[in-house]
Amino acid sequence: MKTISMCLMMCLATSVVRADWLQFRGPNATAVSTEAKAPGDDLKVAWTADLPGRGLSAPIVVGDRIFVTCSSGPGQETLHVFCFNAADGTKRWERAMRSTGRTMTHNKTCVAANTPCSDGDRVFALFSSNDLFAFDLDGNLLWLRGLTFDYANASNSLGMSQSPVVLDGTLVVQSENDSESFAAGLDVATGRNKWKLERPKAANWSSATVWKNTVALQSSKGILAVDPTTGKTVWDYSDGASTIPSSVGSGETLYAVSHGITALAPEKGSVTQLWRNEKLNPGTASPLVLGDSIYVVNGAGVLIKASVKNGDEAWKLRMKGPFSGSPVAAGKRIYTVNERGIFQVIDPEAPEGKVVKEIELKETVLTTPAVSGGAIYVRSDAKLWKLQ
Amino acid sequence: MKLSLICLFALAAVSLQAAEDLSKPIEALRAVGKEGQGNEAAGKAWQEIVKADAATLPEVLKGMNGANPLAENWLRAAVGVIADEALKAKKLPVPTLVTFLKNTQNSPGARVVAFDLIHRADEKLAEELTPTLLEDPSSDLRRHPVAKLIEAGDAALEKKDNAAAIVTYGKGLGGARDEDQIKVLAKKLRDLGQKVDLPKHFGFLMSWKMIAPFSNADRAGFDTVYPPEKELKFDAVYEGKTKEAKWLDFTSTEEYGKIDFNKPFGMEKSVVGYAATDFFSTEDRPAEIRIGCKDGWKVWLNGELLFARDEYHRGAKLDQYKLPCQLKKGKNTILVKCCQNEQTEQWTVEWEFQLRICDATGTAILAAK
Repeated sequence: MKTISMCLMMCLATSVVRADWLQFRGPNATAVSTEAKAPGDDLKVAWTADLPGRGLSAPIVVGDRIFVTCSSGPGQETLHVFCFNAADGTKRWERAMRSTGRTMTHNKTCVAANTPCSDGDRVFALFSSNDLFAFDLDGNLLWLRGLTFDYANASNSLGMSQSPVVLDGTLVVQSENDSESFAAGLDVATGRNKWKLERPKAANWSSATVWKNTVALQSSKGILAVDPTTGKTVWDYSDGASTIPSSVGSGETLYAVSHGITALAPEKGSVTQLWRNEKLNPGTASPLVLGDSIYVVNGAGVLIKASVKNGDEAWKLRMKGPFSGSPVAAGKRIYTVNERGIFQVIDPEAPEGKVVKEIELKETVLTTPAVSGGAIYVRSDAKLWKLQ
Repeated sequence: MKLSLICLFALAAVSLQAAEDLSKPIEALRAVGKEGQGNEAAGKAWQEIVKADAATLPEVLKGMNGANPLAENWLRAAVGVIADEALKAKKLPVPTLVTFLKNTQNSPGARVVAFDLIHRADEKLAEELTPTLLEDPSSDLRRHPVAKLIEAGDAALEKKDNAAAIVTYGKGLGGARDEDQIKVLAKKLRDLGQKVDLPKHFGFLMSWKMIAPFSNADRAGFDTVYPPEKELKFDAVYEGKTKEAKWLDFTSTEEYGKIDFNKPFGMEKSVVGYAATDFFSTEDRPAEIRIGCKDGWKVWLNGELLFARDEYHRGAKLDQYKLPCQLKKGKNTILVKCCQNEQTEQWTVEWEFQLRICDATGTAILAAK
């Protein structure tokens, strides 16, 4: 009994120290760390690991392992999935696969654009070519899909980037484009379709939000919240939404990237609009909610703080932009990296907001950091970085 | 001597056993299909295969022959795991991998994996093998010798040996199948005063009969069956969107074979055009029609629809879409439907396509006449 209690305490202690960051924007796609111990301001580069190709996909963290994807080769046909040790950045395993779908993208993006996700036991890596691989944490291939092999017109010549999410034994993937546009719920154990929904025929780079046991699928038409296991509609907001930055849920409210930010209180079958502020207009980065404020990075690289209660603006802080990745938060800090690799730590509680620390990574960064174990993980075009 | 023979037999028996043992799991991987079909069995089979000895690598690679791309990836991942262990233990069966590589009947994808493994185990050997890959069925494998020839040509040029550089670059161009390398070599040769016929190298179809403008209002023209889809009567005149639609002759002078509807018909919007041409093949043979197009399009070969794509202005590139097909000996008629949409931005002006006929390696198939 004593041993069991000790084990339990150790497990609890471990979970307090390190929380997983399992998908794009981490816990429930909020971009806010749930860890008690935040990375703070005094960050240095703990290690870097070389990557053989580019990626706009963010790293994810499962326990003491960091997973990241990249694409390489003259036509970006080689698709890599890496697992690194969080402690020292050594490689645990790598799998190199070949695209079965189209690899054409705009030059700024690449085939490794979708952030992988995990249910804690498996890692699901989706690429712009619509290739999807499920591995266990040790790199054993569990299943794979070629979604363009299955649905021949599901592609976007500019590239796709919608990151998958996993909830209740279902992996939700989106392949939303001008032609054969769909979202699907896949069985995490087999990769087979549980459901498949036709989606608006329009290019879409935004990712789903996990909120109140639903998966909120965003598109130019609005936001459709579905039950992850059946794909059935829970509620539908149809007043349009962005196709690049993604919405965020916090408490009872979903902050939709729609006409700036529109705060929604959806319930089964109906959606109440709480407020709308069209000046809170995210550029490429997705917003985050920290405490009683919402933070938006606009297209000019200005961080705007506003009240979650009514959308009223509190302050604006010009940061060093431009940004392709989204900010993340831990403790009382917001962390973000601009496209030129300038990592910035922001104190959002300062009267007008304040950048309290900068680290120059001197590499192109087009993606969102991950936070776990009191450290921050950033991926640049050529490296994975641990800042601690 | 007797003991050695017994050992040899025993080893052969073990390796044969290993190969036999893997045939069922390899078959399970090859059986995967669309929408996750066969994934459950493949997952179990994969676990079995990755435990196999490195000596089985050629067998596992052989499993990729004729496999669909999904099965290829299952097998590729298994080869990766076995090879990682073998490389750590310095037990990669390099000679058998070389034999596998040299047999061009094996699938190009599997041979690329074999070459990469050889390269990881013995870089010098890979370098020695590189020149033999210039005429390889795999365009990926051709990249290595072409890159070497570019280097060699540059070295000759540095020594001011222009004649040697021309020969070397020319040899490189002959083997090159990827656009980036072809562009580099064409420029180097032209800088040295040489003529390069890119349309011939790629196999672009340059001369077409074209007709427009039919309506694509509300993008409905993509699915509307206009007369050219029912009959190819080149002296016919039809009612068009803004004027009579008549067939006219068009020959591209653009060296990447762009067939530009804006040139003969003006910069129309929300319109559909058709282009038709005959391609004379010397034999019945498999081929690929490769098209680059940023408008909505459909392609028919001898009346059979090969593919249709309703995406507009997201970008175009060489070989954007590869359409496997079967050419018949003699005349083959190709019909392209090219749909322009309603967008008015400067980057939506293009109403054009480029199309070439080649084999799976990307080698141009030239018309008999």
